Parts: sequence; structure tokens; C-alpha cells
Amino acid sequence: MRIINTKVIKENVKEMFLNANVHLSEDIKNALKEADEVSPIGKNILNIINENIDVADKTNTPICQDTGMAVVFLEVGNEVFFEGEFIEDSINEGVREAYEEGYFRKSVVKSPVFDRVNTKDNTPAIIYYKYVKGDKVNIKVMPKGFGSENCGQTKMLNPSDAEQDVVDFVVESVSKAGSKPCPPIVVGVGIGGTMEKSAMMAKEALFLDINYKEKDENLQRMREEILTKINNLGIGPAGLGGRVSAIGVNIMTYPTHIAGLPVSVNIGCHVSRHEERSI
Amino acid sequence: MKRLTLPLKEEDIAGLKAGESVYLTGYIYTARDAAHKRLYNAIKENKSIPIDLSKSVIYYAGPCPNKPGEVIGSCGPTTSMRMDKYTPLLMENGLRVIIGKGERGDIVLDAIKKYKGVYFAAVGGSGALIKNCIKSSEVIAYDDLLSEAIRKMYVEDLPVITAIDSNGKNLYKTEREKYKR
Repeated sequence: MRIINTKVIKENVKEMFLNANVHLSEDIKNALKEADEVSPIGKNILNIINENIDVADKTNTPICQDTGMAVVFLEVGNEVFFEGEFIEDSINEGVREAYEEGYFRKSVVKSPVFDRVNTKDNTPAIIYYKYVKGDKVNIKVMPKGFGSENCGQTKMLNPSDAEQDVVDFVVESVSKAGSKPCPPIVVGVGIGGTMEKSAMMAKEALFLDINYKEKDENLQRMREEILTKINNLGIGPAGLGGRVSAIGVNIMTYPTHIAGLPVSVNIGCHVSRHEERSI
Repeated sequence: MKRLTLPLKEEDIAGLKAGESVYLTGYIYTARDAAHKRLYNAIKENKSIPIDLSKSVIYYAGPCPNKPGEVIGSCGPTTSMRMDKYTPLLMENGLRVIIGKGERGDIVLDAIKKYKGVYFAAVGGSGALIKNCIKSSEVIAYDDLLSEAIRKMYVEDLPVITAIDSNGKNLYKTEREKYKR
């Protein structure tokens, strides 16, 4: 058994949000820098996007004013015992301190339908726990902006639907989103499981390095086909036309029921921010 | 590159063509979802509103708080389409110049043509860069809305692209068509 004080989790969550809101991961930075755009307006926008990443990095300023709703995936080893404050309170405290000390925008309202009063500290976070084998705790954090989050889609396809129907649904979702999610985007796709499982996988897929190599040949082919089709939509950087509409398509799958084929799409904007740490 | 001083004159607006890049200097007012709802409801109920729409430029934005010694935090544009249902009424009441990001619905396109307005796009997700163009910022209304309050800001050389011009030419449509295959 390994005893971990939840203060350690809090401190890590805090540091990770402070960092993720200001510095982009290398895969996304490189993809944006190396993007080969043919549209002159698109080229100009990519230059602005890259300059912004640079300024944010050097001046410790949030890359985007939408510092997001705080999403946390916590993978807890079965040999770990938490001592101290309740784990959920510690995670929320980490979020609270990061958003205060980082001068990040507090974007969470308490009641989604009625008075929509701001909670003023960007909590509660969205937290998913997973039990895994071992004595480590893996923390994944994502400040998720809602320009892109609002463009997410879920569809319960039929088992009779084929690969092409999955591809079409994903491409159609991105086409409908158009300029709204701040392209060039990263597309997270969850296929299988149940309705909510597919949606969670679509979110979790956004943590994957956009250059990951998929071992399943069929899935790898599907990723490439979706990416090509998205870049042929003409959306371009900021949706003002061009061929660089997405820089990555990340797919996660799970077994599903004989009667179903759930598919979800979760979109990350060009500042798709996330960080992962194992302690 | 074209440089314009705010508020824009009728002839400035008439001279703008979709696709044209412009640097804007002058006062703008931030307003996004919650502030729009209040402005809209106040107009509907014949109550006074805190800004003179005919002399104002509205910027769809909700900034990060400023660090000590800074004017404002990161301050890029938010998705404009969520404001679509409020925009025609604001234009009917004098609003002509809007800055945001992303495409607009037909009701806004029609209003822009009817009232001879202009819609500029700032680059979404470039809040750290835009922050450097903002030289002053003060909350002038709805301070309980925090980041969604109405702020009066002085901007210098704010880079924008003319996305929908006063003739209704819509860059989001024309450019996407151009690169589709």
C-alpha cells in the first residue's frame, strides 16, 4: 500500500492548470507551426495564432481568455490510499487556487438553466475517477473552452451502419461546427460503449498526442480518412477558408452492445490545452 | 493595411469590403451572452440601456482578470453566433459595428445589409496578443456579471478582418466555398 496525502494531488492539479492555460503541448504547437496553408487569409491567421502562442508563453498570459471549465481524469492505482482532505475537495481546491493565482477567467455558473450566477472560483471541476492496477496516481487535466465544447455531437448509429457512416457523422459534425470551435481543431472521437461512454472517450481522446500511431490498421485508416475529408471541407483557419481545418483526429473505442454503435465527437480548438502527470 | 478610428463614419463602413484587414483604434464596449440578454430585455421593456448603441462598437468578449499593474488579462473574441438572436434588435436601435468571431445566421446578415453595418472578425484564441492592443479598460455596467460585464476599452491598432460588409458579402461563405473540394 502506498499512502498519498491529498495535498499532493491538490498541488499537482493546481500546477497543471496554471501551466496548461499558458503553455501549449509540443505536438499542437508544432502542427500549427508547420501547417501548410494555401489560403492567404488562412496563412495570415496561422501567423497570428502562432505569434499568440509565443506571446502567451513568454509573458505567462493565458493563451485564450476562455480558460475553460476544469476537466480532470484521475486514474488511481488500487494500491494507493489517500489520506487528508476528501479527494474531490482537494481537486476542487487545486482548481480554485490555480484560477485565482493565474488570473484566469472564472467561467462556471451554478445553475445551468435559471439564474446562471457565477460560482466565482471556476469550481466545481468535472472529475472522472478510474481505478487502475498499481501504486501510481495518473492525473490528466484539461481547461476546456466552450466555443469548441458547444460543437460536440453524439449519435446512436445502428449496427448495420458501416465504417462510412461513422466517418460521415464525424465529418458532418465538424462541417456544421464550421468556424465556431476556432479551427484548426483537434477532433476527439469515441466509438462504442454506451451513449455516455462514447462521449467520455471522445473527451479523453483529446489528451492523446495528435501524432500517436494507432496499432489497429482499420482505425488508423479511419483517422486518416476523417482528417482528409475535414481538410477538404474548406473551413480553414478561423473558418475563413483554407485547407488546414483540423490538425488531428484522435479515436478511442470500447466494446458495445449487439444492438448499438454509439459515436461521439468532442472538438478541441487550436489551443487544445491538456496536461498529464503520473505521481 | 487600412487603419480606422472608432466610431466609424457611414462612409468608413461603406468603404469596407469583405476580406479587407483593418487596424482599429478607439473605444469599444465588451458585451457577450449575459449582457446581451439584459440589453435586449431592457430595450423590449422600453427601459434605458447603459450605452448609446449608435455611437458604440460592440466586441463579443469576456476577458481574464488583469494581473496587478496590467490593464486587462487575455481578451480574445467569443463565438458570435450565440448573440444572433439579440443582434437585429440592437442594430434597429443604432448599433452598426460589431467585432466577434465566426459565422453569423441569416437574420444577422439581413440586419447588416438593412442597417448598413459591418461585422469584423478578430482571431479567436489570440487573447494574449489582443490584450496588448488594449490600453484602458473600465467596467461601465452590469458589474455583477464579472467577466461578462460591459467594459469600455480603448484599443490601439486592434487587428480585425472585415467578415461581413455592408452589402452583405460574407467572407465565411465565399472563402469556404473557394477551398472546398
